[in-house]
Amino acid sequence: MFAYISRRLGMMLLIVFGASFMVYNLQAISSNPLEAFAESTEKNKEQQMARLIRELNLDVPPPVRYFIWFRGIIAGLWGQLDLGQTRDNFMVMDQIAAAIPITFRLVIASTILAILLGITIGMITAIRQYSRFDYTMTFVSFLLFSLPIFWVAVLLKEYMAIQFNDFLVNPQIPIELVVIIGLIIGFIFAGIAGGTRKRFLTIFAGVSVLAIGLLFGMSSSSWFTDPGLGIIGVGIMSFVAAAVTTQLSTGLDNKASLRTALAAASVVTISYYPMQLLLGPESGLLSVFLAFSITIALSSIIGYFMDTEDRKVNIRVGVLTAFVGTFVLFIDRSMQEFNAYMFSDAIGGRPVSTLGQANDVLSPEQVGSFWISGLDAVMHLVLPTVALTLVSFAGYVRFSRGSLLEVLNMDYIRTARAKGLTERTVITRHAMRNAMLPLTTILVNDFAGVIGGAIITESIFQWSGMGSLFNQALRSYDLNLLMGVFIIGAVLTVVANLVADLLYGVVDPRIRIRK
Amino acid sequence: MADLEKNNSQFSEKAENEIELKETAGLSQGQIILRRFVRHKAAMISVFGLLFVILFSFSASGIHLGTEDNPITVKGWWPYTIDDIDPEGAITSMCENGIPGCPTMDFLPDFIDGDGMGFGAHPLGMDQIGTDYLALVVRGAEQSIMVMFIVGFMGLIIGTVVGAIAGFYGGIVDAILMRVTDMFLVTPTLIIGAVIGFQFGNLGVIPLAIMLGFFAWMGLARFVRTDFLTLREREFVDAARVAGASNRRIIFKHILPNAMGIIIVAGTLLMSGAILIESALSFLGFGVRAPDVSLGLLISKYQDTFSVAPFLFWWPGLFIISIALFVNFIGDGLRDAFDPRQKKRISLKERFKSSTMKVKA
Repeated sequence: MFAYISRRLGMMLLIVFGASFMVYNLQAISSNPLEAFAESTEKNKEQQMARLIRELNLDVPPPVRYFIWFRGIIAGLWGQLDLGQTRDNFMVMDQIAAAIPITFRLVIASTILAILLGITIGMITAIRQYSRFDYTMTFVSFLLFSLPIFWVAVLLKEYMAIQFNDFLVNPQIPIELVVIIGLIIGFIFAGIAGGTRKRFLTIFAGVSVLAIGLLFGMSSSSWFTDPGLGIIGVGIMSFVAAAVTTQLSTGLDNKASLRTALAAASVVTISYYPMQLLLGPESGLLSVFLAFSITIALSSIIGYFMDTEDRKVNIRVGVLTAFVGTFVLFIDRSMQEFNAYMFSDAIGGRPVSTLGQANDVLSPEQVGSFWISGLDAVMHLVLPTVALTLVSFAGYVRFSRGSLLEVLNMDYIRTARAKGLTERTVITRHAMRNAMLPLTTILVNDFAGVIGGAIITESIFQWSGMGSLFNQALRSYDLNLLMGVFIIGAVLTVVANLVADLLYGVVDPRIRIRK
Repeated sequence: MADLEKNNSQFSEKAENEIELKETAGLSQGQIILRRFVRHKAAMISVFGLLFVILFSFSASGIHLGTEDNPITVKGWWPYTIDDIDPEGAITSMCENGIPGCPTMDFLPDFIDGDGMGFGAHPLGMDQIGTDYLALVVRGAEQSIMVMFIVGFMGLIIGTVVGAIAGFYGGIVDAILMRVTDMFLVTPTLIIGAVIGFQFGNLGVIPLAIMLGFFAWMGLARFVRTDFLTLREREFVDAARVAGASNRRIIFKHILPNAMGIIIVAGTLLMSGAILIESALSFLGFGVRAPDVSLGLLISKYQDTFSVAPFLFWWPGLFIISIALFVNFIGDGLRDAFDPRQKKRISLKERFKSSTMKVKA
């Protein structure tokens, strides 16, 4: 194992060396950092050029200059990483260190959303292969595959930000639109549920009526400018979560786990008012963490004492329910601040932001408040997150669908069915777990790719992360900065490849890593 | 109906295979694949859609090759070009909502909106200086399609050669070639594309496409290598070798035709990726530059005027999406056609028919 990893690490160094040598020389030979001075009429032009030549070693030919730069990378192996300096005498390391958290914030939510949504929908389409839902989602995922993200982003800016903000001035949805949205929601749910035509129509009608009613209620009250769920909303959502988690993991027939889930949902609902005190205006991340810990701990205790058998399963159902319920409670708590946030001077009633990563005219006490600054971050994240999610989730849909279909054709699935296991057990225990195996590789690689991969999104929404650094480096012929961004991406990619291979060996015992 | 379904699930896989065999009896492999492909409705619609877009764009805008000094051009049938600035002074004539150069295309007949149906002089409108927008969009589409084919073709050739050599010879050759592939692979396409595009974008679209093509083959090489690794162990390769075939002959005559499916499918996916990369680069300003036209460039130029003149923004995007979507669907159809494990969905009626026939026989 040790020999394998060290051999891989050596190979990784070689690959990073080769790739960076290629990019460095490509850029160094074809661009001239002194070009900007050609038309300059400044008096100290000569001195500036001389300074730049001295500091960036421009008198050394590129292939040799590369090794001067690479020395700093090698020094990174014993902790003294040196990426050189930019044209304006800033350290590249500092610039990148400031940019990484911003890029990370930009992409993390959309990556997680895309993975969760993509895998869920992909698996449902595989289970309901050749159904209406399958055909619709196949078409939608092909469409999303073909969408240029910059085009989507401009549309989102117009419709989700500018026009939505206009809508918030007088938040009344026209009745036709309410009906159309309700019907679409009904179609989606009925499609997921599947089954016979009668069942399809029943679910379609039920969900549509419910959605239309809900939307109508939201539209006629001032819900959009002063949102919230209240104890009733949190309660209902928690009990729905309880039913869904039980149905998915053990089935509603399992009385012990159903009771655990219901008890967990009750814990969340009962703790609604006490939680409002805990999560007061002065509270912070610690209180939120505490809130989650309390409900999760309580429900795992309930799960433990519910039945002497299957304790692990009961605890899992309880904890999942409590987590979802508390999350809904947390969202409700955030929504309570929305009205204050929206009508504050800095926002002026137009909450969805189109540019930047934070509002810089918020008052100091607003910045200090966990809830208000959190809302501000979310409102800036909405558009880029939706754009990135839309573009990347199609890949997960196709991949997880194919993966699950392949597994469902295996002999051991037939064996499981022949044993008389319920379809739920066959799918969740036997098929899904095996279908997830090849996904680990993709997931790990995507997490590494996101850091360097949001150049377009950052440019459209004017975030100052890695992508905008790269943009700036390329335009100003700043070789060291460009290579800094590049090397971070390259190292992350090779490390992710190694991690993915090692992880695969762990999760799939059939794979043995060669000694 | 319920009975029929119940019965139906009892039909064995053997019956399905028999239907499949009966249908393909006496056909060559190529014919079977073609049949499967033709049966894929979405793919067939896409083939015609793509052909239409290609023919329309190239014939309308004409063909523009060669360098700036000695251009080779064939004039298209569309009367306006991208260099005409306000040919009839029409830009001054405002439309009803006060937008200059709005589209003259009108599909609503007389009795709905009071004026007749028709394309008018400028179906897609005009840009802010009065250049016909259809001329700009078809020219952009033409450029994107050229990039798509050049990048796809180059990726196909380089990827197949590298993958085939690595997979066939194995050992040290394989190790070296695959490390080189990894080296290219750790370089994100958009980053290398931007570095290339920033230097070569002003040379025009063909040099840009050729440079991009040098960095687009890695995924394909990996696929081909994996396929070759398994194929070279098969009996027919041994048989060819015993019969005295040279390595070159084995690669080209025996293994390559068997790997063709994966190559073509990966090639189409490469092409749909290429069109998105090119438009993204042009959007960021690292690809095709003004005064030349590209779909990405048009979108980037008119993104801020969306609320005033949305048509300037919609059309280039619709062209990109439709081209990429058609190519993706064709790729999907090809994958289904080439996949030997792929079974046609056998309809209830056919299953029933085949089983009754079996009873009679």
